Amino acid sequence: MKKILLNAVMALAGLLAVFPLVWMVAVSLMRPGEASAFPPPLVPAEATLANYRELFAHAGIGRYLFNSLLLSTGATVLSLAFNVTAGYAFAKLRFRGRDRIFRALLGALVVPAQVAMLPLFLLLKHLGLVNTYGAVLVPALASVFGIFLVRQYALSIPDALLEAARMDGAGEWRIFRAIVLPLLGPILVTLAIFTFLGTWNDFMWPLIVLTDSELYTLPVALASLSREHVQDNELMMAGAVLTIAPVLLLFLGLQRYYIQGLLVGSVKG
Amino acid sequence: MRAGGTKINPHGAAWCFVAPALLAIGVFFFLPVLAALAMSLTDFDIYALADLGNLRFVGLRNYVELLQTPLFWQALGNTFYFVIVGVPLSIAASLGAALLLNARVTGLKALFRTAYFAPVVTSLVAVAVIWRYVLHTRYGMLNYALSWFGIGPIDWLGDPDWAMPAIILFAVWKNFGYNMIILLAGLQSIPRDLYEAADLDGAGTWAAFRWVTWPMLGPTLLMVSILSMSGYFQLFAEPYVMTQGGPVQSTVSVLYFMYEQGFKWWNLGVASAVAFVLFAIMFAITLLQLRVAKGIDA
Repeated sequence: MKKILLNAVMALAGLLAVFPLVWMVAVSLMRPGEASAFPPPLVPAEATLANYRELFAHAGIGRYLFNSLLLSTGATVLSLAFNVTAGYAFAKLRFRGRDRIFRALLGALVVPAQVAMLPLFLLLKHLGLVNTYGAVLVPALASVFGIFLVRQYALSIPDALLEAARMDGAGEWRIFRAIVLPLLGPILVTLAIFTFLGTWNDFMWPLIVLTDSELYTLPVALASLSREHVQDNELMMAGAVLTIAPVLLLFLGLQRYYIQGLLVGSVKG
Repeated sequence: MRAGGTKINPHGAAWCFVAPALLAIGVFFFLPVLAALAMSLTDFDIYALADLGNLRFVGLRNYVELLQTPLFWQALGNTFYFVIVGVPLSIAASLGAALLLNARVTGLKALFRTAYFAPVVTSLVAVAVIWRYVLHTRYGMLNYALSWFGIGPIDWLGDPDWAMPAIILFAVWKNFGYNMIILLAGLQSIPRDLYEAADLDGAGTWAAFRWVTWPMLGPTLLMVSILSMSGYFQLFAEPYVMTQGGPVQSTVSVLYFMYEQGFKWWNLGVASAVAFVLFAIMFAITLLQLRVAKGIDA
């Protein structure tokens, strides 16, 4: 009896969690105006892709999709390049002040990113980067979280392995490429999805640095579209589907890695 | 592990590995944070943006003026409302979901875990757009569901008394899966024999939760509450997309206020001061939480 009750609660909670997402898909397939009715319809009377066609043909959503894809991929590549080398060095290489620098970095985690936003905007404006892809990518270059994630994982690489390679006369760069990188594989995937999802979903920073609508990412474009099309529920739901679906699919495919990163990142260093 | 070995490492090589990341974080984070502190002591506005010669040092004037600005107090109040109601609700939902998933009641655990987590990875703007529709006064699903219970339509986003609760409801839905995963890992690390011992002592479900689960989960709950608190203080996109701060400024948050001061009116000095006030509050509350937790432990 208790078991049945618990199962029912579990199913109900699951339904509540995914209902808005499922309904979004259903409404996105309705004809314009169909969703503005009471009681709200659950399924389209006749499924149509008209809203999607409208978004691509007139609202320029293809352009925003491209921007989001390009920026998220770019941020991922940059973040991997900067954070992986640093994370490995903090775990396995010795240099003066290493532990003190690492503690200072962890300390920076208490400062909310928004504190840096205003001067960063001025700095990028000075460099002529405002309203370019570069402005969106700059904060993605290196992150304390990324360095921390890689460091925690790299700590488990046996020193003996690195020593042996050094004895054989391998240089540090070669050791990194041939031995360390392959061993770090799983955490690279983790960092990659975190960065990709983070950049894809980011809103406040792209909203601030991108003024030209040609450069908008999907969330910025969607926020601006939703102000123009407050009444067009079906169209907005189609826009939401296009914004959510890519990252949701990415997450579903690589869940294991994402959850791993979430747990490492949440444990105090 | 550290005592052994990595002695022959030349310092030079190590620096080549860390320098790019440190440089990036230094130039694009540490430097701007310091600059923000300096900027908050100036009258940086649209004239200074055009010509730095117009910039003047004003000491703490921005901070004093903020304290005399009613909208700033309103934003502070709204943000505290969001944090004080939202964080406990969100953690309660996370804990409930984690306990359900840990209870091994169904074989479909992985499926449910994914379903509960799905909202976390969605784009906030997109789901805010969906929820604006779910909360619609006339055509919204929520009011339709309430009508089954004889509750008349509520103007969720248009009534100053309901706008913040609606945003909290949305935020709890969006975020509970995140803490759920962390709490689930915490639950799974509690040794089984503690429960067996409790069982032998004749403890029921509630007693086992009260005397085993709750204290063993303590450190995880503390961490989760600190993380959630800092996340919830950064309320911005929800009011930006769903209400534009309205109705009658009931959903203007501190960051929304900062955004408008900084990037709409170009009062960058004032906006920097707002950022620092927010930072100071978040920092103080984190310290307080750690202090209280230590007090409970001792």
